[in-house]
Amino acid sequence: MKQYLLSVVEPEGPIPPPEFLEKVMQRVAAVEKDLKNAGGWVFAGGLHPPSTATVVRYREGEWFTTDGPFAEGKEHIGGFVVIRAPDLDAALEWARRYAQAITLPIEVRPFRWEH
Amino acid sequence: MSVSASDIDRVFREQYGRAVAVLVRVFGDIDVAEEAVQDAFTAAMQHWPSSGMPPSPAGWIITTARNRAIDRLRREASREERHAQAAADAAEEEPPEEDAVRDDLLRLIFTCCHPALAPAAQVALTLRLVGGLTTPEIARAFLLPEQTMAQRLVRAKAKIRDAKIPYRLPVEADLDARLRAVLAVVYLVFNEGYVSSGGGRLGRDDLCAEAIRLGRVLCGLYEKTAHEPEVLGLLALMLLIESRRASRTSADGTLVRLAEQDRSRWDQALIVEGLAIVRKCLRRNRPGPYQIQAAIQAVHSDAPSAVDTDWSQIVELYDQLLSVEPTPIVALNRAVALAEVQGPQAALALVDRLDLDAYYLLHSIRADLLRRLGRNAEAVLAYGAAMARTENPAERALLRRNIEALGGATV
Repeated sequence: MKQYLLSVVEPEGPIPPPEFLEKVMQRVAAVEKDLKNAGGWVFAGGLHPPSTATVVRYREGEWFTTDGPFAEGKEHIGGFVVIRAPDLDAALEWARRYAQAITLPIEVRPFRWEH
Repeated sequence: MSVSASDIDRVFREQYGRAVAVLVRVFGDIDVAEEAVQDAFTAAMQHWPSSGMPPSPAGWIITTARNRAIDRLRREASREERHAQAAADAAEEEPPEEDAVRDDLLRLIFTCCHPALAPAAQVALTLRLVGGLTTPEIARAFLLPEQTMAQRLVRAKAKIRDAKIPYRLPVEADLDARLRAVLAVVYLVFNEGYVSSGGGRLGRDDLCAEAIRLGRVLCGLYEKTAHEPEVLGLLALMLLIESRRASRTSADGTLVRLAEQDRSRWDQALIVEGLAIVRKCLRRNRPGPYQIQAAIQAVHSDAPSAVDTDWSQIVELYDQLLSVEPTPIVALNRAVALAEVQGPQAALALVDRLDLDAYYLLHSIRADLLRRLGRNAEAVLAYGAAMARTENPAERALLRRNIEALGGATV
């Protein structure tokens, strides 16, 4: 079994209204239930917006701490799920279901290694 | 019987992809498979001229490649446990049956054309692994530096391995979409060879031949299945377009449009084969985009001269195509046919509504229509707009000639 990171590609802009988000969360919960039943669920989380991010760098013996995301962009990672799947086709199938539930694009990346 | 280099080359062309396909399944590693098959052909070059062609050249290549791969993996086994296991598994396997080889070849084609790979990578991988073209050959065909093409192939193979793109036939629910992607890759290869065949760029005609060969392989793989008509349609489409190669460019490399071509130079053997396939598709009555496009080409092939072309039938076929493939490119081609039935004014009205500004042919077609309406100044501007949007030397030569014929100046 391989592990894949499924990231939710969120556009910049205001957060959708709670009624909308509630429906999204219900649909996500349904996918998550199926994923757990199939033995593919590892870990999931939703993130605060990039404006809450802090970047730490180490350069020539000194620490630098700066505000903001590492790279500004029109899109950012809004949340993610780590899944276990036999191959990319299986991972893509779960990504399709998440994309349908969340109505946002999902990026699928294989893990190189894991602990 | 003596075996010549061209005999071995023929076996290479026919068997390379099949051998790689079997070995990828056996060893689960594309690089191992490629290297082993290349080793086997090197061995064939050494042995066959003196020993003669073996009774089953394909079987000989696959068995030799398998043994070479096992030897290599055993040598490297102390370093890599995974390879040791693969070698042990492979050593126990029987030589594959013909049906199994066909399934392996399909697996390989579907892996090369997996939607998780960029279209350019799909094309490169298919030519490399299925067609057996070398990296320099593919780079030359696509006018790219060898390094760029090598990187593209390495990255694609790394993605297959690291993301674990499965070596498997698509599930039934995905088969339609996945086969469409495969046919699109084959047609892309063909078009790449066709569009650039003028302008003295040697070696690119091979892409057309390679695409037709891949088309034939797919026809064999899908014979008597529900998917056969579209696969046949693609083959017929390519054959009918290819039949006009000799008349497509003049001696100085300028493109000659269909209406001006010397039809006596069309390849009758390809036309006969293409038309027979189109008729076979009509009997099956399961139309799809490639079959309809082939039928359109068949109407042209049937016409003894440009003026004898049954344009209303072509417009009807474009209507049908537009209903299954509602793209602006199809609408543009339909407008060209419509100009022959309803006149250039009606066609121009359609063309002007299309959102295809970046496409040189839109401007070139617009210019032709304007010229036919006597609006020469606008036609010159439109030919200029077309020239600004294509790098192809044969196309540019034709556009320049058109501008000069209208008394316009070209840079």
